[in-house]
Amino acid sequence: MAAPTVTEPETAAEVTPELERAAERAEARRGFLISLPSFVYLILLFVIPLVLVFVYSFATRDATGQTVLEGWNLDSYRRLFSTDVLAIFLRSMVLAILTTLICLVICYPFAFYIATRGTRVRNILLVLVMIPFWSNFLVRTYAWRVLLGSEGPLSQLSELLGGEPFRLLFTNVAVLIGLVYGFMPFMVLPLYAALERMDWRLVEAARDLYADGWTAFRKVTLPLSMPGVVAGSILVFIPSLGAYVTPALLGGARTVLMGDYIVSQFLAARNWPFGSALSFAVMFVMLLATIFYFRVGARTL
Amino acid sequence: MNEGTAPRGVVDRLLALNAWVVYIFFYAPILLLIIFSFNDNNNVGIWTQPSLRWYGEMFQDERVMGALRNSLIVAFFSTIISTVLGTMLAIALERYRFRGRGALDGVAYLPIIIPDVTMAVMLLVFFFQAFGLLGDLFGLQLRTGLLTISLAHIAFCISFVAVVVRARLSQLDSSLEEAAADLYANRWQAFRKVTLPLIAPGVAGGALLALTLSLDDVVVTQFVSGAGSTTLPVYVFGLVRRGVTPLINAVSTVMLVASMVLVGISLGFQRGAEARGQRLADPEALLEEITAD
Repeated sequence: MAAPTVTEPETAAEVTPELERAAERAEARRGFLISLPSFVYLILLFVIPLVLVFVYSFATRDATGQTVLEGWNLDSYRRLFSTDVLAIFLRSMVLAILTTLICLVICYPFAFYIATRGTRVRNILLVLVMIPFWSNFLVRTYAWRVLLGSEGPLSQLSELLGGEPFRLLFTNVAVLIGLVYGFMPFMVLPLYAALERMDWRLVEAARDLYADGWTAFRKVTLPLSMPGVVAGSILVFIPSLGAYVTPALLGGARTVLMGDYIVSQFLAARNWPFGSALSFAVMFVMLLATIFYFRVGARTL
Repeated sequence: MNEGTAPRGVVDRLLALNAWVVYIFFYAPILLLIIFSFNDNNNVGIWTQPSLRWYGEMFQDERVMGALRNSLIVAFFSTIISTVLGTMLAIALERYRFRGRGALDGVAYLPIIIPDVTMAVMLLVFFFQAFGLLGDLFGLQLRTGLLTISLAHIAFCISFVAVVVRARLSQLDSSLEEAAADLYANRWQAFRKVTLPLIAPGVAGGALLALTLSLDDVVVTQFVSGAGSTTLPVYVFGLVRRGVTPLINAVSTVMLVASMVLVGISLGFQRGAEARGQRLADPEALLEEITAD
């Protein structure tokens, strides 16, 4: 821009309703234009792909396995209810729920501890949480593959102590450890935020009214931190249910989860309609879980 | 928090113990990985002597270096584009009322909630269909590669940038922007001299998040990459599935250090921008900022 275009002070004429409406319209148009590039981008590379996958889930396959966009049917959705698919689904659900619960039980006191420190210590402790949060997820999962391996440090330690070599890798337990490790920072941060925002004078008031520490916690702190519990649980549950990297690296053939099952439908089995139906089933469950969490969270408030 | 409400005695000691255990759980695997990347032995688990052997091999490995180059190219473009688009989206959603805003608000958050496997599937099907269509219409022979990877990364990064910037905007006192308008700054000046410096920590935070997401992504990239366009995480993922090698330890350590540097930069940005924001809160400084140049 050349010389700063200092706008003339508007003459303080009467502000007519027409002028006001015109200004409002101009403002709305400006907002729309600012959002337009992202809007177009998201429609093109998010909304249309989502609709496409939905369409694919009703399609058929020809003799070579290619998806044909005709002969619409519900076969893929019917297959969701076969025993082997339900077993994978159930395993994913159990592991995701366990991951969420373990993270919650460990992280709540952890976040509470951080939130009750002095500012200086608190900042250091928070940075120490941020580092694993920002660190590469693949690398952090890989670290457990090394740790749990039959020649890994844990196994050697166990042998050194006269025990058996470790046989954890490629089991459900290994996947569970990996999920907890991978998604734990997602639980800590919302919990910490909720506890930090909380009005601690309310706890003080409870104590003044002769509530003991536990009662004050149960009746005041816990309900007030519920938004953090809900947010953290959703943030852990959803990626755990759709996890792909963790079961692929730490699990075995008998620990297939929804995430790697979906991937195998696209990259190995080349059954795109069925893979699409699986994707929608997972999204549906996630939506239900999110609504459920919010309901529960709202009720306890 | 108030001293009187802090837990004391046994409870506090148990909390401290729990915190220590969590930190050990967080860091022990990472530290072991780093230590073993300096191990001379071919076998990952058996320590012989410290050496930089695997780092040397890493820099000579053409496939690792090629994948790293691809990762950096994709991360560079997708970070810049998604930061600009995401910031504009955040401003539009937070500061303006317009038709379609509600729908946009909903769509904008979906890419965050949707699991990456689903996102990967969606984009694979999309590019397959789009390439088929473009081939039929214009006879174009398009293939997946760095372009499709970047387009896919932008698709999920926009939303994350928008959320971070929006959080900052909503905390912002809009009276500063109004003050700028009162001081006869035009819209663009008010934005560049007041709003932008104030939301800078949000924009920087969003950009770093986008950069991290792009550099880390495995699943989506694996679906939309083509022959010769593998990124570093996808290449490493392929290697790890075949087994653990000391070379992967070295590559992993480099990736970890890169993440930590990004955390450091992010923290630095926040500090600097906060100081600047405080300076702007002073009316005289504000006037100076607007009338400068």
